Amino acid sequence: MKFSVKAWSKGRARVGILQLPGLPVSIETPCLLLSTRKGLPHFLSPDLLSSLPSPDSHLLQVSPLHFLEGLSTKTISNIGGLHQMLALQDYGFSAVPRDSIVCLPESDASNKMGASFETPCGRFLIKPVEYMKMTSSLGPNWWVSLSDEVPAWVSEKRNKTSVDRTVRWLDECIMSSQTDGAVFGAIVGGCSVEERKRCAAEVMKHDVSGYWIGGFGLGENIDERPALLDAILDIVPEEKPRQVCGLELPEEILQGVAAGIDIFDSTYIYQLTVGGFALTFPIDNRKTHAISHYQLCDIGSDLTKINLRAVVYRKDDSPIVDECGCYTCQNHSKAYLNHLLNVHEMLAQILLEIHNTHHYLGFFRSIREAIKSGEFLEFHRDSTVNEPRLNKPSLKASFHHRPRRRLPPSAVPPPESPSFNSNQVENGGG
Amino acid sequence: MVWSAKYRGLGQEVPESRVLTPPPAIRFLLSPERETHRSFLKLYFLRNSHGVRKQPSFMALRFEILGRFNRARAAQLTLPHYVCQTPLFMPVGTQGTIKGLTTPQLEEIGCQIILGNTYHLELRPTSELIDEFGGLHKFINWPRAMLTDSGGFQMVSLLHLADITEKGVTFQSPVDGNPMLLTPEESIEIQNRIGADIIMALDDVVRTTTIGPRVEEAMYRTLRWIDRCIAAHKRPNKQNLFGIVQGGLDPVLRDICVKGLVERNLPGYAIGGLAGGESKDSFWRVVAQCAAALPEDKPRYVMGVGYPLDIVVCSALGADMYDCVYPTRTARFGTALVPEGVLKLKNRAMADDTRPIDPTCICMVCKNYTRAYIHCLVTKDAMGSQLVSYHNLYYMMKLSRDLHSSIIEGRLPEFVCGFLQIMFPKGDVPEWVCNAMEAAGIDISPCLRSPPSSPVTTKQSLI
Repeated sequence: MKFSVKAWSKGRARVGILQLPGLPVSIETPCLLLSTRKGLPHFLSPDLLSSLPSPDSHLLQVSPLHFLEGLSTKTISNIGGLHQMLALQDYGFSAVPRDSIVCLPESDASNKMGASFETPCGRFLIKPVEYMKMTSSLGPNWWVSLSDEVPAWVSEKRNKTSVDRTVRWLDECIMSSQTDGAVFGAIVGGCSVEERKRCAAEVMKHDVSGYWIGGFGLGENIDERPALLDAILDIVPEEKPRQVCGLELPEEILQGVAAGIDIFDSTYIYQLTVGGFALTFPIDNRKTHAISHYQLCDIGSDLTKINLRAVVYRKDDSPIVDECGCYTCQNHSKAYLNHLLNVHEMLAQILLEIHNTHHYLGFFRSIREAIKSGEFLEFHRDSTVNEPRLNKPSLKASFHHRPRRRLPPSAVPPPESPSFNSNQVENGGG
Repeated sequence: MVWSAKYRGLGQEVPESRVLTPPPAIRFLLSPERETHRSFLKLYFLRNSHGVRKQPSFMALRFEILGRFNRARAAQLTLPHYVCQTPLFMPVGTQGTIKGLTTPQLEEIGCQIILGNTYHLELRPTSELIDEFGGLHKFINWPRAMLTDSGGFQMVSLLHLADITEKGVTFQSPVDGNPMLLTPEESIEIQNRIGADIIMALDDVVRTTTIGPRVEEAMYRTLRWIDRCIAAHKRPNKQNLFGIVQGGLDPVLRDICVKGLVERNLPGYAIGGLAGGESKDSFWRVVAQCAAALPEDKPRYVMGVGYPLDIVVCSALGADMYDCVYPTRTARFGTALVPEGVLKLKNRAMADDTRPIDPTCICMVCKNYTRAYIHCLVTKDAMGSQLVSYHNLYYMMKLSRDLHSSIIEGRLPEFVCGFLQIMFPKGDVPEWVCNAMEAAGIDISPCLRSPPSSPVTTKQSLI
């Protein structure tokens, strides 16, 4: 795996080039890793995946924990690893233990032996050796070491322990690795700037090909994040790629790019898709025509996305976004999607995932263009995604479909959101 | 003489033989682009098989038999939206979509006609909305052909409190519980708005296990309703109304029904009331009788038939079109269709099996994926049902294509023998299949011997 920085904008935002063996074309960063379930996107079979913009859509994120039950490591090795098993030989895979949808870190149950995760197969304690065994059989292009991620409200002592464990597990992972994929060292440290710096310094002592910054998206305040990111990214070397997990919304992506992150591991597209939302914000910062805020707010939409279950779309013959070149917008109307969502058909999620992925990848492309032309700061400032969220309480908190966790008394529970009926896609769409 | 007299005013020469080959001028007029002249199609079917002139009726299709083997036939069915090859299987897209597959994927697989269910579509999004969009084809953006059923079957099977009277089917609306009535007129009106190439008459359907006077009542009512359906049909030049033969398992009733429907000179006929709980022996006999009695030159559609074996038998007996939810429904439960029968991918033994679902299949799924990987997906992830649905439908389309080409090339018996040998390697072909094939005049004795002494490759027991 080769990475080099190509261009800078004012500040820390940068464009880089990522080259992976097996990928015919190199990939520009900042880029998005598409989230997958067992290696394939949630709803897009490979023939549909290949219709997405290339090579932007060629990076996929896999959690080895998806294969805990059902496929043994021996069978995966027999088949020949991820690329062979999924018939996606010209795609790049990144193995990350945490997938923010179904493999959620359970910090209470982690101990010095391993990290605990809530998975569809139950709660598992994964030891570094086991983790490396699974990852080695998968053979991803690069993998992230096992880390002990903790939510934002834990005590200082617990935070410190998590950093110690993470660094120790990085050692163990590197030692027991049998794959020739590149290793990204995990940096945790919760909301403490000192711990973050300490962790980054420790990880830098190891020979890693890049850095994965975890511990975000677990309850911290969005305003605290820039300080933490800056603290880490001040220390780690500039010439190695940085990946972050848990930054999902468009404004969070802009925050991350401004701090100097290259690779984003986001499940935003999945959350939108199962909720029946389609992205509509203008990718290149052109202001759209004024839509009444009141109207949008009422149906669960806002200036970045629309809620296609709303009755107002029942007879709407137009595509989701007029100039969008994706399969969904070229062939189907909002009315058809509204109908599919109302009758709980799987095709709704397929079509939405195509559009949302296409749109979000376009957003990343415009970020890269802005950096290359030196105008990223203006782009960040003027972006429509920054606009106030239509007087609703934090949409992020109400929107994400995370299981309700035991919150300490001091934390404020997220406000009750209007029920965005999430489709139970595990049943195959009924 | 009578033919040319009919055409005198139109100034066209028509051959007087009973072979129904259209002269070039009329063939041009019938091409799918010449919508306005579709009414001339009726000229072809002015005689029944006995040469007796019948009343004209409108139809918007053309059925041209390209090859035969005894009762079986391979034909070209020209519909307003697409030219199809029969025998063909029609996947069921209940609510305006085949579950989990996009339009390009369906075209790639080779689907020619898909089904929509009138009952579901009328509930959501309503036929009026579909009409505003210009019909179901435009609403879902499907360029090929479509068929809608009458809605009667769903109502009887889905709603416990449905009641059938002479007026129509009364039931409780699932939306608000109010009593509603679906009459033949309304069913046809709804189907007119939906705009499919083929629409089905509302029939009085009874379970095949019913006995007694109810069966006869249902059969006669079906005949009375067909007249009401014909009268209510507003678009006979764009949509073909098929009548449905009822009569339970009683050959006398079936015969009466067939004769009654044939008198109405409809564009096509369906054999309904089967695929319920009847024995396979009764099933094939009814299909054989009805197919033999229905006119040669019109398509014959056996409703609800979906197992590959049943389709092969019915095609041998002279049927042309089939529909069933089986391939897609069984896919969502993790069962794949293979030449040997079925493959239950949920089974633990599949977790280590690195072969494709069907080594002889060339679909996208079999070319790229192993049974082991699909095993870990099925019933847990949407992708699992998508991939297995894709394969199952590919299998059904391939079966249709193979039947069509083997009839045309005169090798149907070889195809059937090959099919049965793979499915029943021990030679234990069920008796009903043997009897049906005998009636169809297809010799399957090679399949009834025990397998050859050289080991048949890799017939691993499918658990």
